[in-house]
Amino acid sequence: MMELNSLTAHELLVLLKKGDILPIDICNSILKAVDKKEKKLHALATLDKDKVIERCAALKGKMDLQSLWGLPIFIKDNICVRGELTTCCSRILNGFRPPYDATVIDKLKRNGAVLMGKTNMDEFAFGSSTETSFYGTTRNPWDMERVPGGSSGGSAACVAADEAIFALGSDTGGSIRQPASLCGVVGLKPTYGRVSRYGLIAFASSLDQIGTLTKDVEDAAILLRAIAGYDEMDSTSVDTPVPDYPSLIKKDIKGIKIGVPKEYFIEGVDGEVKDAVREAIEEIKRLGAVCEEVSLPHTRYAVSVYYLLATSEASSNLARFDGVQYGYSSARAGSVIDMHKNTRKEGFGDEAKRRIILGTFALSSGYYEAYYLRALKVRTLIKKDFDDVFKRYDAIITPTSPTAAFKIGEKIKDPLTMYLSDIFTISANLTGIPGVSIPCGFTRNSLPIGLQILGKAFDEEAILRIAYSYEQATEWHSRRPEL
Amino acid sequence: MQYETVIGLEVHLQLKTKSKVFCGCSTNFGSPPNTQTCPVCLGFPGSLPVLNREALKLAAKVAIALDCQIAKKIRFDRKNYFYPDLPKAYQISQFGQPLSGKGYIMIFVHGSEKRITIRRVHLEEDTGKLFHKEDASFIDFNRSGMPLLEVVSEPDISSPDEAYAYLRSLKSILEYVDVSDCNMEEGSLRCDANISVRKAGSEKLGVKAEVKNMNSFKAVKAALYYEQLRQIELLDSGSRIVQETRLYDSVRNVTESMRSKEEAHDYRYFPEPDLVPFDLDPELVRGIGREIPELPGPRKKRFISDYGLSDYDAAIMVSDKALADYFERAVSLYKNPKVVANWLMGDVAACLRERGGAIGGLNLSPEDLTAMLKMIEAGLISGKIAKALLPEMIETGRDPGSLVKERGLQQISDEGIIEKAIVEVISENQKIVNDFKKGKDNAVMALVGKVMAKTRGKANPRKANEALRKKLK
Repeated sequence: MMELNSLTAHELLVLLKKGDILPIDICNSILKAVDKKEKKLHALATLDKDKVIERCAALKGKMDLQSLWGLPIFIKDNICVRGELTTCCSRILNGFRPPYDATVIDKLKRNGAVLMGKTNMDEFAFGSSTETSFYGTTRNPWDMERVPGGSSGGSAACVAADEAIFALGSDTGGSIRQPASLCGVVGLKPTYGRVSRYGLIAFASSLDQIGTLTKDVEDAAILLRAIAGYDEMDSTSVDTPVPDYPSLIKKDIKGIKIGVPKEYFIEGVDGEVKDAVREAIEEIKRLGAVCEEVSLPHTRYAVSVYYLLATSEASSNLARFDGVQYGYSSARAGSVIDMHKNTRKEGFGDEAKRRIILGTFALSSGYYEAYYLRALKVRTLIKKDFDDVFKRYDAIITPTSPTAAFKIGEKIKDPLTMYLSDIFTISANLTGIPGVSIPCGFTRNSLPIGLQILGKAFDEEAILRIAYSYEQATEWHSRRPEL
Repeated sequence: MQYETVIGLEVHLQLKTKSKVFCGCSTNFGSPPNTQTCPVCLGFPGSLPVLNREALKLAAKVAIALDCQIAKKIRFDRKNYFYPDLPKAYQISQFGQPLSGKGYIMIFVHGSEKRITIRRVHLEEDTGKLFHKEDASFIDFNRSGMPLLEVVSEPDISSPDEAYAYLRSLKSILEYVDVSDCNMEEGSLRCDANISVRKAGSEKLGVKAEVKNMNSFKAVKAALYYEQLRQIELLDSGSRIVQETRLYDSVRNVTESMRSKEEAHDYRYFPEPDLVPFDLDPELVRGIGREIPELPGPRKKRFISDYGLSDYDAAIMVSDKALADYFERAVSLYKNPKVVANWLMGDVAACLRERGGAIGGLNLSPEDLTAMLKMIEAGLISGKIAKALLPEMIETGRDPGSLVKERGLQQISDEGIIEKAIVEVISENQKIVNDFKKGKDNAVMALVGKVMAKTRGKANPRKANEALRKKLK
């Protein structure tokens, strides 16, 4: 029999239901894998083994009623868990233990999931490589010299390395999909408003969305069903029914109409990536879908628009870290102003400071109209591009990332190059639509390549259906790295 | 040189909701520090605001009462600045699409009426409160997230007296719509003033100062008088005025510079992404409008036409809704509005001043007051007895009938008893009697007084007067 840690959630649910295994067996298997691999991988921010075992023992309820009963799950370090360290992998939140659970955590608990630990991430989700984490870089399980992507790099890496069954991440500009692509797992960013943001420490409030990192599409559907839904604590969550994704995705995709935007196959996209995605499109056609070239003409502005809006919101969201109530507080504080200044100087890393400065500038009097306001207008144009395509098509297919995993240190000194890693994922956040990245091949160096499927707002069902059909017809998702 | 003064006021008002504007915490005043807080009003990471619809409703009520144009769609914005009492380092406020546009208030100064335009009314959240003990500072976040309404006037106000009148009128309206305690000492109403002076007749506005830290309407007036004079003296001496924020010191009655324009904050307003824009349903707005009672302006007109009050009396009667309600209830029981008004403005007001508090909290029902007035009219007690009786009624809350009976204060109209007192008074006051007989008609009043004293105020003075005159003829 395979080790439990390498199974998917739906496989484990079958075993749990039959009574072949107990939740503690899965936990032990995970803890063993962590012991073996984590030193090299560095995917986790915190994990308290004794607590995890306690939680397993204390599991109440019944699996029939609770969709995740007995399944261990890892949480990105920017999602609040009551009483547990939640630091966004930043020094400035040193020692912060939230007094409350995020809505998604509450839902996971109600569904009987077992909270394991927190996963590593770029500081405040600022990055595409996990290199900006205060705790150090996570390695890509397929190549220890390479990054896992980011910012949910820890969540993607631990799932890919079978240190986890599945994990939660957050996606502001591609932070779930890009690391999923680089680590060869499934990463789903739901529609903005589909999953409550209450308890997600904000990076850019109008773009952030919690989502899933899983070993296959069915697990993404199971986990999404558990965390989705309207939350009265989040005014931006939307009150629309949550479909039964796990059963709906198994319908075939005959006749489904898919657009392939020409702007996503441009220079700068790695040849192997292009080839793999083109081949995947052929496969999807063979499964009965109609794929046609479409145009999203404002795509080239997306990165600029994104980095203005996201940093503007971030500069405001991160202003609260001032050393007064919680987290890091500089010892070198005389006056109140000194306390603010030194706390922020010592507490934030370089990339956080860069984005705060950029965002502060974009919102400043005299620049607001030229930067923030103009970016908002272009955001509307980008949204219109997508609306137009979605009038005729059910989904859009693109590469997730222009390249496979890059080397640690390769882009960290050059922020602009790093920012371009998000070029294909950003638009989904600007427009609020759902997107999923699934494995669609490997490079000659055995690095995973990801395929991105984007859908209409609140139509996660369609993109998961396409992803599921493709996954059933291919083997990519079942390959595992050897550590 | 002749100058004219230009003043605009920003009034912040705490709305009387049960819970805070973006979370469920209680709004009780005076609870122990930091006992009415939650992750949202403490600005904890990951927390999100949710608009309290009741706060929006009360805010709309004020805007409608001020005749403001209510927006169809409203939005919240973030106002960013660092201060320890501001836990998110931004205040959720309204900038681009506030609750309402222009409206107005009528004010009354030195006997004439003036219309002051309201620029806008918007809803925002309050900050926490800092306090300092010995060498440490503390923050109480109980106030953080309280619903705050900002009412901004146009610079239509031309004197400190007008500013004072504006605040009185505004407070009166706010009390009518019953949305706020309007207590400046407790901080439920706060006022900042922008003031500048310019050459009389000049079109161009002078350089303004923003004056803060006034804790009463009188302090606003005093601060503006000081600031007006300071600016005029500067200009007269050939100096320039710098744009700045100044704090009023009520002990020394001066304003002092707090920060200059260069040090002013750039608030970097932008739309609050955590709150979606709200459409204000016109039907809902109409419904809120229907809940607003008759306001002081129209009510005053009605008091003049329906009750025959003078302009002055009517203005006083309507200035306080509780007083106006009391008046109307009393008039429905005793149909002599002028007498009721005189008692309310005279003896009742004096008792109120002495005891402190408002008419609503007074232990004197309109029923008891008018019962007393009816006893005077029926000649059962004298006006003088009534004046003496009033404080006791207020003290004990008892009705005048039983008090009068118990104390034996019924007016004496029995001619025999009056006659007896008159005989004694005449024999004891020959000098006054002679004065009267020599033609000094007023002297009879002195004799009436003596008769009243002898009967311990209970003699019917009209009867005593008549009997005296008859006797001395």
